[in-house]
Amino acid sequence: MTKTPALTIDQIWQALEAVKDPEIPVVSLVEMGIIRDVAFQQDAVVVTMTPTFSGCPALKVMADDITTCLKNLGADDIRIETVFDPPWTSEWIKPAAREKLKGIGLAPPPRHNGDFQIVLLDPVACPYCDSENTSMRNSFGPTPCRMIFYCNNCQQPFEQFKPL
Amino acid sequence: MDDKLKPSLAVYLIALADDELILAHRHSEWCGHAPILEEDIAFSNLCLDEIGHATIWYQLAADLLGEDRETYPDQLAFFRDAEDFLNIQMVELPIGDWAFSMLRQYLFDAYEVIHLERLVTSKHKPIAEVATKIRNEELYHLRHTRAWVHRLGLGTDESRTRMQRALDELWPYALQLFASPDNESLLVEAGLIPASTALQTAWITSVVSHLEESGLKIPPVRQSDLTSRNEHSEHLPDLLAEMQKVARLVPGGVW
Repeated sequence: MTKTPALTIDQIWQALEAVKDPEIPVVSLVEMGIIRDVAFQQDAVVVTMTPTFSGCPALKVMADDITTCLKNLGADDIRIETVFDPPWTSEWIKPAAREKLKGIGLAPPPRHNGDFQIVLLDPVACPYCDSENTSMRNSFGPTPCRMIFYCNNCQQPFEQFKPL
Repeated sequence: MDDKLKPSLAVYLIALADDELILAHRHSEWCGHAPILEEDIAFSNLCLDEIGHATIWYQLAADLLGEDRETYPDQLAFFRDAEDFLNIQMVELPIGDWAFSMLRQYLFDAYEVIHLERLVTSKHKPIAEVATKIRNEELYHLRHTRAWVHRLGLGTDESRTRMQRALDELWPYALQLFASPDNESLLVEAGLIPASTALQTAWITSVVSHLEESGLKIPPVRQSDLTSRNEHSEHLPDLLAEMQKVARLVPGGVW
């Protein structure tokens, strides 16, 4: 086995910034809080990730994209580990990523400090016109992590990233 | 954990996963056919979530049995015959009408949330971790199906009649969820799983009040109506024939 050239943990984190969420390609897996840890174990680079929703069909693509990214960086022995503890929460989405979600018309999840059930009935602001005169049309959406809303002010349907 | 308990705990997890997988497959039959677009999307999502959950439980079973966690879920899903599945009969019944499918999902969701809330404290750490994760997702399911049960139960004469008919048919089947698993007392004593009687009591309390508030009458049940998880209806082989067809045609195929 060839040894991974002298990479640093910092370099790896930096490179991983380029790996986008396959379903929301304006944000990275790092910004979304999906990549939890990067470490060396002997010669292997071990990347720990956690799913947003455990049935997310994009998990395999994410793992493949991480592997490709690190191979391009020169890493040879790469291991992706999936963990469920602590469970992913939308509180981990970085502020910059929240803005990017809003920028593509995807309302960011409301902040909740730990129990998402308390914000489920809160008004949701339209990502286009900021009006809170909106109504939920479906608590499910085109991916497991999204809900569908309608803005009564600008008459635009939009999606919200579910609080979790 | 005592090594001797591992096979029983694995069987427990496989039964749980089988319920989710078979119910999810039934839901997939609504894709493109649900009465409104929103529900078409919702049911497809429920289906996707449940398949994801089933996969994780199969993986935990693989770890307990020393099997390969990458290949074991597919092996269980696609290469077992009906007599080896451990799902309850409720989940294998044909989709029926919209009221039937919605009520079935509600009865199951209410059970799952109650079950997961107790698995969160399982002494087998992987189970506790997964239960914590999945419970949060299931709260979205329950919120959705609870509201629909209410809406259909208190809706029109037509919707109430259909809901009552669905409840009369589903109720005895649903109680099968609480059949005692193999070696239950040992698993419960070891703090690995909750007792089925405690689950049943909590579930009855939760669903009976909601069903009654939704204008529905709880049907009587005879103990003789209850069957074990090893007994299946004629509907399961049909479902498996469709679900397993491609995997068996091209074993190990990828695309």
